[in-house]
Parts: sequence; structure tokens; C-alpha cells
Amino acid sequence: MIIEKLIFYVFAAILVFAAARVISVRNPVHAALFLVLAFFSSSAIWMLLHAEFLAITLVLVYVGAVMVLFLFVVMMLDINLAVLREGFAHYLPVGILVGLVILAEMLMVVGRWQLDKNVVKTAVETGSNTEAIGKVLYTVYVYPFEIAAVILLVAMIAAITLTMRPKRQNKYQKPEQQVNVKRAERVRLVKMPAEPRE
Amino acid sequence: MLETLITLVTILIKIVLIVAPLMLGVAYLTFAERKVIGYMQVRIGPNRVGPRGWLQPIADAVKLMFKEIIIPTNANRFLFIIAPMLAIAPALAAWAVVPFGETLILADVNAGLLYILAMTSLGVYGIIIAGWASNSKYAFLGAMRSAAQIVSYEIAMGFTLVGVLMAAGSLNLNDIIKAQSGGFWHWYWIPLFPLFIVYFISALAETNRAPFDVAEGESEIVAGFHVEYSGMLFAVFFLAEYANMILVSALAAIMFLGGWLSPFQGMGALDEMTAWVPGLFWFVAKFSVFLFLFLWLRATFPRYRYDQIMRLGWKVFIPITLVWIVVVGVAVLAKLPPWFV
Amino acid sequence: MTLAVTDFAVVMPEIFLLTMACLVLVIDVYLPETMRNLTYQLSQGTLIGTALFIVAMYPTKPVLAMNNMFVSDQMGALLKLFICGIVFMAFIYSRGYLRDRNLLKGEFFVLGLLATLGMLVMVSAHTFLTIYLGLELLSLSMYALVALNRDSAQSSEAAMKYFVLGALASGMLLYGISIIYGVTGQMDLAAVANAIKADHEHHTALVFGVVFIVVGLGFKFGAVPFHMWVPDVYQGAPTPVTLLISSAPKLAAFAMLMRLLVDGMQHLHADWQGMIIVLSVLSMAIGNLVAIAQSNIKRMLAYSTISHVGFLMLGILTATKTGYAAAMFYTIVYTLMSLGGFGVILLLSRAGFEADKLDDFKGLNARNSWFAFIMLILMLSMAGMPPLLGFWAKWAVLSELINSGFMWIAITAVMFSVIGAYYYLRIIKLMYFDKPEDTNPLTADNDMQVALSVNGLAILFLGLVPQGLLTVCLTSLG
Repeated sequence: MIIEKLIFYVFAAILVFAAARVISVRNPVHAALFLVLAFFSSSAIWMLLHAEFLAITLVLVYVGAVMVLFLFVVMMLDINLAVLREGFAHYLPVGILVGLVILAEMLMVVGRWQLDKNVVKTAVETGSNTEAIGKVLYTVYVYPFEIAAVILLVAMIAAITLTMRPKRQNKYQKPEQQVNVKRAERVRLVKMPAEPRE
Repeated sequence: MLETLITLVTILIKIVLIVAPLMLGVAYLTFAERKVIGYMQVRIGPNRVGPRGWLQPIADAVKLMFKEIIIPTNANRFLFIIAPMLAIAPALAAWAVVPFGETLILADVNAGLLYILAMTSLGVYGIIIAGWASNSKYAFLGAMRSAAQIVSYEIAMGFTLVGVLMAAGSLNLNDIIKAQSGGFWHWYWIPLFPLFIVYFISALAETNRAPFDVAEGESEIVAGFHVEYSGMLFAVFFLAEYANMILVSALAAIMFLGGWLSPFQGMGALDEMTAWVPGLFWFVAKFSVFLFLFLWLRATFPRYRYDQIMRLGWKVFIPITLVWIVVVGVAVLAKLPPWFV
Repeated sequence: MTLAVTDFAVVMPEIFLLTMACLVLVIDVYLPETMRNLTYQLSQGTLIGTALFIVAMYPTKPVLAMNNMFVSDQMGALLKLFICGIVFMAFIYSRGYLRDRNLLKGEFFVLGLLATLGMLVMVSAHTFLTIYLGLELLSLSMYALVALNRDSAQSSEAAMKYFVLGALASGMLLYGISIIYGVTGQMDLAAVANAIKADHEHHTALVFGVVFIVVGLGFKFGAVPFHMWVPDVYQGAPTPVTLLISSAPKLAAFAMLMRLLVDGMQHLHADWQGMIIVLSVLSMAIGNLVAIAQSNIKRMLAYSTISHVGFLMLGILTATKTGYAAAMFYTIVYTLMSLGGFGVILLLSRAGFEADKLDDFKGLNARNSWFAFIMLILMLSMAGMPPLLGFWAKWAVLSELINSGFMWIAITAVMFSVIGAYYYLRIIKLMYFDKPEDTNPLTADNDMQVALSVNGLAILFLGLVPQGLLTVCLTSLG
């Protein structure tokens, strides 16, 4: 148990540190990498809660795919953070105020929170929580699940609509034509009689 | 307290027992690659160090260890050094859930397949960080190519794993193997044949191996993401690439060729005659076939162009896997013998 | 937990719409350029089919389905019918404009259909989860539609603003929802209502949750002070998209407001009433005053929308059933008028000419007196002249306000309506008393001319018998 607690505090500390660094480092690539670290540590904490499916999916989806693309974009863009940070001091008081209000609310909601012990217990007891999640996802939550799927479809349609140019500038291959090429179209065997020796 | 200590030590020993042979395997895989390609190109390959060149990988390792590590000017020192480690760590970590035999497994976790998928998807960080931290155009180009390629092929690869998951009804690798028991015609390579092919080709792309090695592309962008690396850091990238090759081959063996199962199960006399052979042998034999395929393909195929890679991934593989997942679903529901009873 | 056939029967309109939208998407990809009209016809057929399904499933009493995540009641069914009808009309109006600008692509219709699906989901939502998902489905489709003309810098800027502020609004809404969820432990709206009723110790936290939800709703409605995106998006988006944004989604937003504030949090109405009063009075003030200064008619209508949003919120703050009915009536009437207003802009526009300046309306009477008359009806109705429909909508809301004792708010509302009448009447003056600068004949498709005429006349004739629609609204609220 004590080891489990130790592991929790180590990962929680890393998580808080990484999350703080995400918004405080100057280099956007570093910020993205710290975000990766934050995802990773939170996944480890989920793992401690025996939520292995969620933990691994977090790594797989966010770290393995989303953040890779994110880094891809951040590395391509030459972001000048000095310009972005210009109004920082100017907005700071408002920011702090909003932060304090949100903190106060959090305390009000979470402070009185009575954690339902059964929630955690059932998750552990069912064994494979992949199966458990799958079972509710496709029965109880099938309606929201499908709507979420439609939202992703819309995102896909939107991305394609906004970026695809129908007339391609570059020359591209048509594999179906390449495959159908016959020998006769490319090579012509010419029979030539040998020249007689003088 | 003592108990926990003992568990920790046993786990450490187990890790060493997995990693040490793996590293040796990696070393000799490089040797095998040079030999195999050599013979395919009608030459002998390395033959000077030791008997028939057997000590060549050791000599290579010693050479790389004593070489100077050069860090380019204006490179990001920390990321530059950590990148190779980020490349090799997931390649090794994934082995934790690979079953070498019915009980020979470090961590028999429920979501093993998912874990492996997550780990293999992390390997790309080593490459893009290396490319970015090197402060070099070629390295950066290689990193960008690699990121796009790996993310694209991960989708197809993920879908093939979904097919296997549906067929076996479990994410646990040992359960997947057990679901295939009963002779080689019970293995999933028959009902999931298209997925099997897609998986293998995606695995080639995921490990940046020829003919999908545009991230390195030595004839176009010198050596791609690791152009600035030398000495041991370079060696670590090399190790990661080969460790990944072994890993994806092992996975192919587990998911489509029944892992440590004997191919002669249920064949009466033949089964009894080979009963003494340990499962580990079959497992190694199976993934060695894939490793040989890796080398063979490298010696045979010219490199794909970048847009061709993308077209293959998005327009061919993803549709194939999507269609076949539906087919598998129907087959599983219909309890198609002999696989889905 | 298994789902019964009845679960699916109730959700049939949504299922049909989704299936058809996917079908249209796939068919459109394989259609040659010359057969692009088929996409349009299929989309329209889909909307008609959906409407038929809604009529066929018209509930007599509220029915819960899909594990209480979906509710089918009369208010929902009525709003859904109007949503389908308005999107149908919007598609008719849009076709010519899109064709002239080479934007007539399947994506417009598919995204439009999926946005409609989002609205239907919102209307029928019975948990926080489905409200939020429906809202996102609607918003995401709309962001993409605003940016549809991707070569236009103005559209891209509008889409960007819309997206960023929309995301902020979603964040607010989610934050509020999470606070309410944190206190009540429930997602289901009926259960939330019960939990709030039984709860006495977390009142402050609940109020904070409500604040964030109201702010999120304010953003989505475009109520002052969360209205900054409205004029820019209305102006920057291609006019058909502006038409879509300004009409049907308001019905869905009304439903969302009803579901969240009335179904879920009726016991906190003392708390949200005050916030709604501030939002609506500010909206009427800023909307009507700033609209006067506009020279772009899309921008002017944007501010007019803001003022109308303020007005319809007045009906809700009474927190009585008749008040809700008046607000619903107002929303429906507003969408009909907005549909017609943008329809006339689309009618006047042609290839290379947007007709979005007020001056473009000069002398419309001389060019085409029939559509000048339709515009006259629309503008007078928006201004609230009796005996047009707009007047009755305002009348219904105001009388409910007075009945509930909000006398001073009613007086303020009337005052701002009178101020607002100025800019509507200015268009009428431009149309009838100024010389036309542009003498090109109007070249709209026949179907559009017919639809627009029907739209305008409906406002005239429904205005003569206003009791019908109002009674329908009232009975649909039970």
C-alpha cells in the first residue's frame, strides 16, 4: 500500500510540475512536450486506480496521435512567443481574479464532496474494465455515443471541405492505369536482319 | 516490506532475462541483415571479424562505443540526448506483456494488446524530437515525414488489431494465443488474411523499414532524423529500430500465427513426436520468419515515394481493414468453424 | 440494460436524418458535376421525410427513450417540425446564391443536414450529455459552413471568431454543467431537478453553476454582453450560412434554454431570473441602438437578432407556463421573419454582387414591387406593427410580463422596440422613396420566388389569425 501511495505522489508531483511548465515555458515545442509528460503521468495515476483501459487509451490517443500531430504543427510554425506574451502583465489582474473565482467554486463544490466509495470499488471488482466499459457504452450510452461519432464525422467532413483542392497542381499517379499497362504499349520488338559484312 | 523487496528484485531479474537476449538478438539481427542481403546480392557479406564474421556485431558495438558524440551547434542539448532513449524505451517496454510461453510472461495484463499499441505509438517521439533537436534541415525533414507516416499507418494497424480483438474476444495476448489453439489451420492468419497482410505492411511502415524508409532516405535526405547523431547515441537509435522490428514480428506471430503454440497440434503422431519442443522455440521460429521477410523486402523493393506511402495507407489499407472488420464481425456472430466456435 | 423497439421508434426522425445525411454524403462524392442538383433534391427529400417521421411519432404525452437520454414531448416535436421546415426553406433560398459563387457543393447540404440533426438532438435532450453533444454537433457544422467560402479572408476571419468564442461558450457551459453535476451527482435533467429540490446546503455552488450555464447560453444565443461574435459572423459568413445561423438554431437554443433552466433547474428560477433580466434588457438596448448605426444590412440584422433574443428571453424570465409559450411563439415568429429577411438579401444578390449594403435596397419598389412588398411586410413585422405576426409575438410576451408583474421591464421593452422601429422603417423608406442605383432585373429561380412569397404572406396572414399558433405553442407545453 505504501508503495502505491508513493507512486501516486511521485506521478502527481510530476503531473502538477508538467502542467505548470506547459503554460510557463517559453518554447512552444517544450510546452507541447511537457503536455505529453502531463498526459503520461495522469495515465499512470489512472492505472493506479485500475482504470487500465482509460489509462492506455489516453496514452494511445492523446500521446500517440493527437500530440504527435500537434508537435508536427508547432514545429512547422515559427511562433514568436515574445509577441504573444506582450499583454501579459496587462491581463494579469483579470486573470488572477478569474482564477480566484474558479478556485473558490472548486472549493465549494469539491470541498463538500462525499466520494461514493462504491464507484471505485465496482470498477476494480469487474476485472477487465475494457469489457465493462464496452458493455455500458453500447447499451446505456449508445445514443450519446453515436452522436459523438457523428460529431467526429462532421469534423472530418469539415477538415476535408476546408482543405482539399480539387484541381491538383502536382502530377500524380493513376495506379489503375499503371497496372493496366500492356507490354505492347511500352515495348516494341523490331526484327532487324543482320547487316551483311562488307 | 521484505516481500515487496523480493517482488521487486524478481521483476528486475525477469526484465534482465528479457532484455539481455533481446539485445543479443538485435546485434545478431544486424549481422543477419548484412549476411542475407549480401547473399541476395551474390556477395558474402561481413566475413573478417571472427570465424565467418560472427564477431562483426561485437566489433561494431565496440567501435560505436568509443566514437565521439558530437552535439551540433544550436542544438537543443537535453532533447538531443534524450531522443534516442525515447526511441528505445517503448520498444523495450512493450516486451513486458509479450508471452513467450504459457506462463513465461512478465506482466499478464488484461489490456495487453492495447498496451502494445500504445507503446509502439510512442516510438515516434524519439524520431521527431531527434529531428527537431538536431537543428538541421535534413533531420527535420526526416522527422516530419516520419511523424506523418507513423500516424497514418497507426490507424490501419489499430484496425487490424481490432479485427484480432474481435476474433479472440480478449485484449490479453495469452488469451489471443489460446483462442488459436489446435493446429496451424486454426490460427488467425486464415480468417484474418487481409488484416494479416495489412498488419505486416503497416508494421514495416511503423518501424521505418524499407521500402517505407523515407524518414531515413539516405539517398534524398542523407540519413533523415539521425543524420547528426554519432557514437553511442546513434547506436541507440539503431538498437531501437531493430528491437522494434523484433517486437512487431513477435506480435505478428502472436496474433496471426498462434504465438508459442505448436503448429502440429491435433495431428496425432506428429504432435506427440514434437511434444518435447518448448513453446519458446515455436515462438522464436515464427517471428524469425517475419524477420527474414523484413530483410528480404529490404533487399528487393525500391523505396516508395512519400505520396505513394500516404495513398497506400489511407486509400487502400484503411478501407480494406474497415471492410474486413465487418466480415469478421459477421463470421464471429455466425460462429464460423473452426476459428470462431 | 437492453433497448426496446420503442426506444428506436421514438428516435426514428433522428435516425432517418442521420442515415440520409450519410447517404447524401456518399452519393455526392460520386456524382458528376452536371447532376449536382440531385444532392439538393435528396437533401430536401430528407428534410421532408424527417418531418413526416416527426408527425408520425407526434407524442401525446412526454415519452422517455434511450435510457432517459431522449425525451419526446409536444414542445420538442413542434420545434423540430419548424426546424425542418426552416432548414428546408433555407436550402431553397440558398441554391441560387451558391450556384453563382461556385459553392454549390454537397458539403453545404450535408453539413446543413448534420447541423439540423444537432438541433433535433438538442431539442430532445434529456441529459446534460445529450444537450452538450447536440450543441457541439450543431456548432461544429456551423463553424465549417461559415468558412465554406475558404478563399474569402472575411469568411475565414468570421469562422475563426465564431470558433474561438463558440469554444469558449462551450467551455463555460461545460463548467457550469460540471458544477451542477458535482453537487447533484446527476446528469438526467429530471433527476437534477429533484436533487436540486431536495438540496438545501449547496445553494451557493448551485448558483455558481447556473451562472456559468447562463453565460454559456448567452454566448450561444448572442445576448449582450456575450454578443461580440454575432455581427462579425453574420457579416463575414456567406449569406445562406448567415440565414441558417440566424434562423433554425435559435429554435434549438430556445429548447436548450427550456431544458436546462426550466426542466433541469426550475427550482433555482429565483436565481436565474435576475441574470436573464440583465441579459434581455441589455440585449434590447444594445441591439436596437447599435443597429441604427449600421450601413451593412447583414450587420444590421445581426443587431436586430440580438434585440429579438433579448425580447424572447423576457418570456422565459416570467417562469410561468404561459410565459414560456409566449417565448416559444416569439422564437418561431422571429425565425420566420429572419428567414424572410435574409431570403430577400439572397434574392437581390447575384454573381459578383452581395446586396448586403443598405443602399442596395434603394428603389426596390421600382425594380420589383412584389418583393419590395414582401420586404415591407417583413420589416414591419420585425418592427412589431399590427396586425402582422411580429406584433402579436411582442404582444404575447409583453402581456405575460405585465401579468407576472414586471411592469417596468415591459415599458423598457416597448421603448426599445419603438427605437428599433426606426431602422426597419429606414429600409422601407429606401425601397419606396429613393431612386434605384442598380437597375439590373432580379434573376432568382422560380422556386425561390414562390417560397419567399409564401414566407412573406405567411407572416401577413398568420398575423390576421394569431391565436392559432399561440394556442399550439401553449398546448404543446402541456
